Amino acid sequence: MENTYRDQKTMEMLAASIHRRCAALDRRIKVMNVCGSHEHSIAEWGLRDLLPEQLELIPGPGCPVCVCAEHDIGEAIQISKMGVTLLSFGDMLRVQTKYGSLMDARSDGADVRIIYSPDDAVAAAVKEPEREFVLFAVGFETTAAPMAALFAQQIPANFSLLTALKLTAPAVEALVVGAPGTNTLDGLLAPGHVAVIAGAQEWGRFPEKYGMPVAVTGFEPVDILTALEMIMRMLERGKVELANEYARYVKPEGNRSAQEWMQKVFRVQRAFWRAVGWVENSGLFLTDTYRDFDARAKYGVCLEDTAGSDVPKGCLCHRVILGQAYPSDCVLFEKTCTMMDPVGPCMVSEEGACHIWSRFGASVARRK
Amino acid sequence: MCLGIPMQIVEIMPPFRATVEIQGVQRAVSIALIADEDLKVGDWLMIHVGSAIAKLDEESAHETLEVLEEVNRLT
Repeated sequence: MENTYRDQKTMEMLAASIHRRCAALDRRIKVMNVCGSHEHSIAEWGLRDLLPEQLELIPGPGCPVCVCAEHDIGEAIQISKMGVTLLSFGDMLRVQTKYGSLMDARSDGADVRIIYSPDDAVAAAVKEPEREFVLFAVGFETTAAPMAALFAQQIPANFSLLTALKLTAPAVEALVVGAPGTNTLDGLLAPGHVAVIAGAQEWGRFPEKYGMPVAVTGFEPVDILTALEMIMRMLERGKVELANEYARYVKPEGNRSAQEWMQKVFRVQRAFWRAVGWVENSGLFLTDTYRDFDARAKYGVCLEDTAGSDVPKGCLCHRVILGQAYPSDCVLFEKTCTMMDPVGPCMVSEEGACHIWSRFGASVARRK
Repeated sequence: MCLGIPMQIVEIMPPFRATVEIQGVQRAVSIALIADEDLKVGDWLMIHVGSAIAKLDEESAHETLEVLEEVNRLT
């Protein structure tokens, strides 16, 4: 069935419809995606090549590794140097900060291990009860929910979480209202898997409060083109609403059981987004009930140093994350900053726009 | 990290685990987040960092396909 969502003829048909609607509107249209997997699909399938020149498709703040605060990574490094095993998703290891990187810590002898799922992390702690394990919990709703659901089972006392979990919609909202004039967006492709958890409704604030068309969008090329077609139809007809293109997985109310777990395990607080700054109500931290599993309390780490620039010199990550610049606008892009030897976080992560553009070719990712 | 992969249930191991498969690759995953869904072998799940986060709504999927096929016929 997934093949239908990659059908060439359907893609061409949708692109033709988008072209017609764009021609009727006769102005520049900017649509932002806020999920690295969307940008990945757009670049991999060369979707920008199929679209009219006046329709600009902008990658936004959809990469959890890229927006992970330097001080959160700094705390992970500190903990890894206390004789504790630090478990992390692989992407995090190479991210450079003013505190160094987890890779540096590993080279210096720290026990930093890569895991693929939260369950693997707990299993590692169960296997070696004499060692202390900390899972560096980085991600958006899609990762936060599985982390919360870990507590459905007995968690060993030698396991704790260093949370750097974030909610996407508050950050996108801050971006939409925060910089008037710099991001005159005409529409939003909302992240399908985040919406699986939080519900399509979570994105209703954009049409309601800001008159911005939104389509909750799946990840196959036909999904993305269908969502763009929906947004163009709204713009053409002047009828702005919330559309759910990904209804095969996304319910309006989301995954209630996942939401209950998240509410039970986490409290919502402001969080620092690298290159973006503080965003109110966008961070998830363990509640007092789970304090015994909170690595910050257990090991007494608290850096929270947000002074000064948090991107390397010359790096445009902060503007790429905000959708104000394309990766190829950066002077470092594919010169001193490469996939093999990344400078900024957007080149490190497989979900970062710079990494994706480099992987699939900037000329393919961005229309000439 | 946000990469979701659709996989099909091969075996359910109550209460919280299932074996899923795609293109011959099998994995054990957590089904704690969709424990209240009516699950059976053959169902498609969306897997994310080792957890099933949703079950495919077959009815909705077929509706979408029918719309796409209909539009394809008309153009």
